[in-house]
Amino acid sequence: MAKVRGAVVVDTEVCKGCNLCVVACPTQTLALNRNVNNKGYHYSYMENPENCTGCTNCAAVCPDSCITVYRAKFEN
Amino acid sequence: MSEVADRIKEIIKPENLVYAKSPVLNDDIMHYCPGCSHGVVHRLIAEVIEEMGIQEQTIGISPVGCAVFAYNYIDIDWQEAAHGRAPAVATGIKRVMPDKYVFTYQGDGDLAAIGTAETFHAVNRGENIVMIFINNAIYGMTGGQMAPTTLVGQVTATTPNGRDVDLNGYPLRITELLAQLPGAAFVTRQSVQNPAAVRKTKKAIRKAFEIQAMKKGTAFVEVVSTCSSGWKLSPVESNKWMEENMFPQYPLGDLKDSSRADADLYRIKG
Ligand SMILES: Cc1ncc(C[n+]2csc(CCOP(=O)(O)OP(=O)(O)O)c2C)c(N)n1
Ligand code: SF4
Ligand code: SF4
Ligand code: SF4
Ligand SMILES: [Mg+2]
Repeated sequence: MAKVRGAVVVDTEVCKGCNLCVVACPTQTLALNRNVNNKGYHYSYMENPENCTGCTNCAAVCPDSCITVYRAKFEN
Repeated sequence: MSEVADRIKEIIKPENLVYAKSPVLNDDIMHYCPGCSHGVVHRLIAEVIEEMGIQEQTIGISPVGCAVFAYNYIDIDWQEAAHGRAPAVATGIKRVMPDKYVFTYQGDGDLAAIGTAETFHAVNRGENIVMIFINNAIYGMTGGQMAPTTLVGQVTATTPNGRDVDLNGYPLRITELLAQLPGAAFVTRQSVQNPAAVRKTKKAIRKAFEIQAMKKGTAFVEVVSTCSSGWKLSPVESNKWMEENMFPQYPLGDLKDSSRADADLYRIKG
């Protein structure tokens, strides 16, 4: 059966580490990184990338428009 | 691990793109605090303008308040108004350029305190404008003072023991009052606390702009919002506080959805 898989790209220098995308993600894909960006914010990243479905929920709640979402279908 | 990395590489290709920042937003990094609702609503306005293809025809009126710099972020024409006067400025612009899409973007201090007169009379005249009202129950920009919309018991810089009705009166549900005015065509209250709410708010903003094109009267969209800095909570805690405390006082949903009232209802007889 074809499986839908997603991936997000976070613009880490624009991210303010607000955590809203992390709680909005239904698959626990995201977390705040232990490292910080140049402004000192713990930026969001895919901690569990294999979970992402590309649902765009994270991008919907991001106040800083720094999430880009991709989605693809795979046969396995 | 490398298998996962390979899979990600396969997914991140232009043909698989499902969401990217709207080109109607420019590349300036917003000055808002982390998690601020202003950023989400800016993005929704930009997406609606992009989807309707009206970037060249839209004029925004920015307020005094944290969103004073809205003109730095959404790539359209803007006019900044004095505190509370955005609906008056929008009226003038819309009347000389009736084919443009004109909207105001205002906070609760701007729209419901100093600008109450401008707000009421613009809506009562049924000006063909969109008004976006960011109700975060506080004066965010100036350091978190009480606003007309501050909840009873809510602690702010000027109500350190919580808003007291004997001293400060009641939270103002200005949106309910505006819905009574014959000039109001579409009045709704939305929020942006989760993905479903964000999508509903975007639909409401789109509808408001479409109503403007139909010249039906004023389209008013309140967005119940957070101000984590003013509320002294994290952005995630702020959303929770908003759901528990703001929504009972400011219930979400459409308050009015009709074209401008028939003038005959108000005409003198004989
Ligand atoms: C004529 C005038 N009076 C007072 C002020 C001070 N002032 C600036 S912003 C503001 C209130 C902002 O609150 P709000 O409209 O709710 O916007 P927010 O920052 O919460 O988004 C006030 C009182 C001013 N700039 N000009
Ligand atoms: S696209 Fe959906 S599943 Fe993927 S990180 Fe964002 S919210 Fe989570
Ligand atoms: S919602 Fe946006 S700004 Fe906030 S942590 Fe996630 S990516 Fe960063
Ligand atoms: S003070 Fe409040 S309204 Fe202003 S940017 Fe910060 S969180 Fe947003
Ligand atoms: Mg405010």
